[in-house]
Amino acid sequence: MEIDPLIFRLSIFILSIFVGYYVVWSVTPSLHTPLMSVTNAISSVIIVGAIIAGLAGNSGSVFNISSIFGFLAICLAAINIFGGFLVTQRMLAMYKKKKKDK
Amino acid sequence: MISPNLSAIFYLISGVLFILALRGLSSPETSRKGNLFGILGMVIAIIVTFLSIGNFSSGFIYVLIFLLIGGIVGAFIAYKIPMTAMPELVAGFHSLVGLAAVFVAISAFVNPEAFNLGFPGSIKLGSLIEMSIGAAVGAITFSGSIIAFLKLQGLMSGSPITFKGQHPLNALILISIIILIYLLCSTQSSNFFWLLLIVSFLIGFLLIIPIGGADMPVVISMLNSYSGWAAAGIGFTLENTALIITGALVGSSGAILSYIMCKGMNRSFFNVILGGFGATDQNTKSENKEQRPVKSGNADDAAFLMKNASSVIIVPGYGMAVAQAQHALREMVDTLKKNDIKVSYAIHPVAGRMPGHMNVLLAEANVPYDEVFELEEINNDFANADVAFVIGANDVTNPVAKTDPQSPIYGMPVLDVEKCKSVLFVKRSLSPGYAGIDNDLFYKENTLMLFADAKKMTEDITKNL
Repeated sequence: MEIDPLIFRLSIFILSIFVGYYVVWSVTPSLHTPLMSVTNAISSVIIVGAIIAGLAGNSGSVFNISSIFGFLAICLAAINIFGGFLVTQRMLAMYKKKKKDK
Repeated sequence: MISPNLSAIFYLISGVLFILALRGLSSPETSRKGNLFGILGMVIAIIVTFLSIGNFSSGFIYVLIFLLIGGIVGAFIAYKIPMTAMPELVAGFHSLVGLAAVFVAISAFVNPEAFNLGFPGSIKLGSLIEMSIGAAVGAITFSGSIIAFLKLQGLMSGSPITFKGQHPLNALILISIIILIYLLCSTQSSNFFWLLLIVSFLIGFLLIIPIGGADMPVVISMLNSYSGWAAAGIGFTLENTALIITGALVGSSGAILSYIMCKGMNRSFFNVILGGFGATDQNTKSENKEQRPVKSGNADDAAFLMKNASSVIIVPGYGMAVAQAQHALREMVDTLKKNDIKVSYAIHPVAGRMPGHMNVLLAEANVPYDEVFELEEINNDFANADVAFVIGANDVTNPVAKTDPQSPIYGMPVLDVEKCKSVLFVKRSLSPGYAGIDNDLFYKENTLMLFADAKKMTEDITKNL
């Protein structure tokens, strides 16, 4: 009997939770705000689903209920992706070490 | 058009890049590179999606248009937003992730063929379960984040909103969500799907209104976690590895942050999310307190104390963010340093309205991050320091947490500010902090209260130094 592919996805999911657990504990507390903004940005990889919704399966008309929700989701996710990564970049650029010569 | 196997490998690569993006945050030096990994992972995921669909029909142009609109809006916000508004921004972004998850789920429910999930009315059972969980969690994230945003932005009162029967009502709604998912899966009726969304939006709203302003660090972290689980739910539906990995990462990240925040207040997670903290004892406590003597001073006195100190520890809190005093503070510290006074900063885990809030503000004001310390790192140094300068913090310095088992904040880790030779406490008035209790520190022999706006007081002290 073959193993259901769902089990593989579940394995990836569970292992990623553990990876996330250890990686996030190693994040320095002073960078917790950038951590939140960057996790925000990466969770917007949900745009992948939105693009499929917007493009695939439109037999005939470009705009149907399914694709309209897809387009809206693309817009929301794009705000998050650009906003999230750029604001993280902006924050991280501010963290500076003490100048040695002072 | 690329094969499903090849695109799955690329999605895996972008998932790994996202892990590296978080890994980079272990130190400020590696963090900037980490962020680039994250961007690369996102670019790969988006390009691979286009290639795997391969059908560049007339819809393609609309995808680009909406991508561009969102991108411009996002970039504009990212450059314009002041650093003090970061908690609101993050809450706002969470709501967008939640809503996007809901929209994708609706789209998949209405047109399952596009996602290879079966046909309307006979969607594969597994996919339907994953989809409805993703949609419900997404909806909760959306409405919960909207409330958090309104509270942080000050458009809604930060004090807890409670009413009779609140908890039984919430429990009832949560049970109804499970029943609705069951009904949806057994009947495939779209009515249950829409009802599920409505009820989920409602519970997100109801869950956050009883939680007060200063508990927002926990709420934001919790919603962060939810947005991850919603993404993971959709990831299972779409059989997409990048989404599953990311959802798990973000979900556990938010959960850990909420745990750290709860520990910083010595309160259980349930105590925080059940809400109502600090709303009830505020009046009773302050009324039966007899007037105790307080020493208050002006900028001149403060400057005199600091000029004669050899080491100063600064304790910033939410009040500093409200008064936008971080730049004025750094100027004061620069002057102190010119006089060979050692200055360091002490940050309590729950200072501010989100995890790491104070660190970002200090970084914005060009404070080097190696002068900024966490509670455990610096707490022993207070005994050897000459002056503690408390600016905008309150409850996190209250010695009552160590001495009075009756106090609501008893057991909460606090900064040992009272061990300093002298304490300068910048505050507008003697009013109690968020926990609704008096701060014993106000009445200590070695405390000098500076009643003024944090920014103005700091500037005045600099002038007098």
